Amino acid sequence: MDADLTLDIRNLQTHFTADSGVSKAVDGVSFAVRRNETLAVVGESGSGKSVTSLSAMRLIPTPPGIIAGGEILFRGRDGQVRDLARISERAMRSVRGNEIGMIFQEPMTSLNPVYTVGDQIGEALRYHQGLDRWAARAEALAMLKKVGIPAAERRLDEYPHQMSGGMRQRVMIAMALACRPTLLIADEPTTALDVTIQAQILDLMRRLQEETGTSILFITHNLGVVAEVAHRVVVMYAGRIVEEGDVRSLLKSPKHPYTRGLLACMPHLGQRRGDGGRLYAIPGSVPSPVNRPAGCTFAPRCALAEPACLAAEPVLEPVGPDHSARCRRWRDVQ
Amino acid sequence: MSTDTVTEQPLLSVRNLEKRFPVRGGLLQRPVGWVKAVDDLSFDLKRGEVLGLVGESGSGKTTAGRSILRLIEPTAGSIRFAGQEITGLATAEMRAQRRRMQIVFQDPYASLDPRQRVRDVIGEALVIHNIGSRADRRDRIAALLEKVGLSADAMDRFPHEFSGGQRQRIGIARALAVEPDFIVADEPVSALDVSVQAQVVNLLGDLQRELGLAVLFIAHDLAVVRYISDRVAVMYLGRLMEIAPSDSLYERPRHPYTMALLSAAPDPDPDAPKSRMLLDGDVPSPMNPPSGCVFRTRCPFALPACAEPEARALREVAPGHSVACIRDDVAPAMATGA
Ligand SMILES: Nc1ncnc2c1ncn2[C@@H]1O[C@H](COP(=O)(O)OP(=O)(O)OP(=O)(O)O)[C@@H](O)[C@H]1O
Ligand SMILES: Nc1ncnc2c1ncn2[C@@H]1O[C@H](COP(=O)(O)OP(=O)(O)OP(=O)(O)O)[C@@H](O)[C@H]1O
Ligand code: SF4
Ligand code: SF4
Ligand SMILES: [Mg+2]
Ligand SMILES: [Mg+2]
Repeated sequence: MDADLTLDIRNLQTHFTADSGVSKAVDGVSFAVRRNETLAVVGESGSGKSVTSLSAMRLIPTPPGIIAGGEILFRGRDGQVRDLARISERAMRSVRGNEIGMIFQEPMTSLNPVYTVGDQIGEALRYHQGLDRWAARAEALAMLKKVGIPAAERRLDEYPHQMSGGMRQRVMIAMALACRPTLLIADEPTTALDVTIQAQILDLMRRLQEETGTSILFITHNLGVVAEVAHRVVVMYAGRIVEEGDVRSLLKSPKHPYTRGLLACMPHLGQRRGDGGRLYAIPGSVPSPVNRPAGCTFAPRCALAEPACLAAEPVLEPVGPDHSARCRRWRDVQ
Repeated sequence: MSTDTVTEQPLLSVRNLEKRFPVRGGLLQRPVGWVKAVDDLSFDLKRGEVLGLVGESGSGKTTAGRSILRLIEPTAGSIRFAGQEITGLATAEMRAQRRRMQIVFQDPYASLDPRQRVRDVIGEALVIHNIGSRADRRDRIAALLEKVGLSADAMDRFPHEFSGGQRQRIGIARALAVEPDFIVADEPVSALDVSVQAQVVNLLGDLQRELGLAVLFIAHDLAVVRYISDRVAVMYLGRLMEIAPSDSLYERPRHPYTMALLSAAPDPDPDAPKSRMLLDGDVPSPMNPPSGCVFRTRCPFALPACAEPEARALREVAPGHSVACIRDDVAPAMATGA
């Protein structure tokens, strides 16, 4: 693994067993997150974004789920590389919440309602860093100030339910960053928030990353948010990566018909209502992960599909510097 | 055809609408205060017009939409629909009006009864309002399903057999079954994936034009709202901050809150100007809103006078463009980047 990589996921396979068959929620996904970099994973509901991030933290419920193959190489603070797909649960416990911080969409599911926020942030510091009670409290206070919580001294002794959604998400960020992780995994951290609060949180995450150099794996379904935070982007469709690249070339000149379609079907703020005008729409809907079509997964919805697309699945091929796409006809995508 | 089509009257006229909810607390769940979910809301809607309604979570959009349909009882104010005052109408009289006013809900999963076949989901309203004979109804349902882009044989299936976008189409077919003049669409595309959202937005737009529907379109996504609306209203803490024709509102916003909303909307174009007007802090508790202008605790331009009752007034600043802000110098300053 390259020296500047924090996380290197190789050919990850995460499957779920259901009555109807095996669902390959993540099917051969590979990507890497560099130091100081924010990598966004974007895709529609059910495309496998959360399963990818939960796999990296080894939080897949087993059964029904299993990491059926692949490697999750992670470089810890000591510079050592470990395969998180294989280490023991005990070893994993010292990574989770310590070397890898986590933020979820709904902070209430990860904040404990019966402890004050100060105790919760302090707990991680005591467990992982061996700080005593008072040092942990002082550090928790410093973190709350860092994430911009007003009247931090008072908030330290409050419970999560006494706070607004935006405030709780700040607490989650403080908690996730308290142990100075080398990697932060954020799964839809602003999806439940209003746009004005989302703008505050994205701004905060950007500033903190510049300051700490933490690598961020940022999961979202919103291409607008991607443009705000990401350096590089991975686009997932039905458990597979269909396009990957630096944020500019991917958003400016997408080379997969799916990415192109996603961008085209979002109206822009500056777009007037043309009478009789229609939004571009991708026909059909996302395939079920149990009954994936043969050949290119996107073929049933693709305007460029040709018979060869159904015969074999295209490979993820380079289409430009730091940009690749899984489409036989990427040259025809304008 | 009803009589009001020939007059210049707006189809819907809402005046000083208010809805308060009791807030209960303590062991005995006694009322400990009130939330004014909608406070002094007034606007008109013409036949065939789409009014977008935006604002943060809890600003009162859903409450406004439901109060107007009297799905919940407004606390005060007047609602005239097709020339008739509908607040205070008794159930039987209201039923006749209700046929002309329908709602499409946000959650296509929760809003359809899972035990009902699609033909009953849609046919129910026809039965309630006594529309058509039994044989007639089947044809009507088939035609409705085709109109919303589903095949007629969908009528024999159950909602769980459909995708989210298809279920939302069923919800729209149900609302259209009784041939309403007005629909409240409460976040009809928010629960859908972007690729499917565009299909439903197009469908709503087509039907609205074809049937001449008036629509109150409630949504979070400002770009979608602009795309579909003739005019847009912005709410904050239960009150109207700004209302204007879409292009004026998006190109010449006059209220600082509208400006903040527009500048916070993430744009997928990496070259879009990222001039952020970041607001400090959170929305105050609706139980205890600020005096005067309710936005003043987060407004970067607040003055002492903004705490006075006069700061609440909505003023017309251009034809059809009204703003609840006492300052006229903010918009020009923002426009020149000062
Ligand atoms: N615990 C589970 N048991 C069975 N299937 C699961 C489980 N968790 C996820 N899946 C399946 O894996 C697939 C990928 O789900 P995932 O949660 O990763 O989607 P996502 O991209 O995060 O979507 P969203 O945008 O809705 O969060 C889905 O088909 C989902 O049904
Ligand atoms: N049945 C109710 N009882 C008590 N309070 C209520 C009730 N319904 C709504 N409220 C309160 O009224 C206010 C307005 O809520 P409403 O649901 O209308 O907002 P909204 O703008 O639709 O928000 P969202 O964008 O989250 O849907 C909120 O403070 C809410 O908590
Ligand atoms: S490989 Fe063929 S079907 Fe698949 S996205 Fe490309 S053109 Fe479309
Ligand atoms: S009235 Fe005052 S506080 Fe309210 S929006 Fe205008 S400047 Fe801001
Ligand atoms: Mg997810
Ligand atoms: Mg609502």
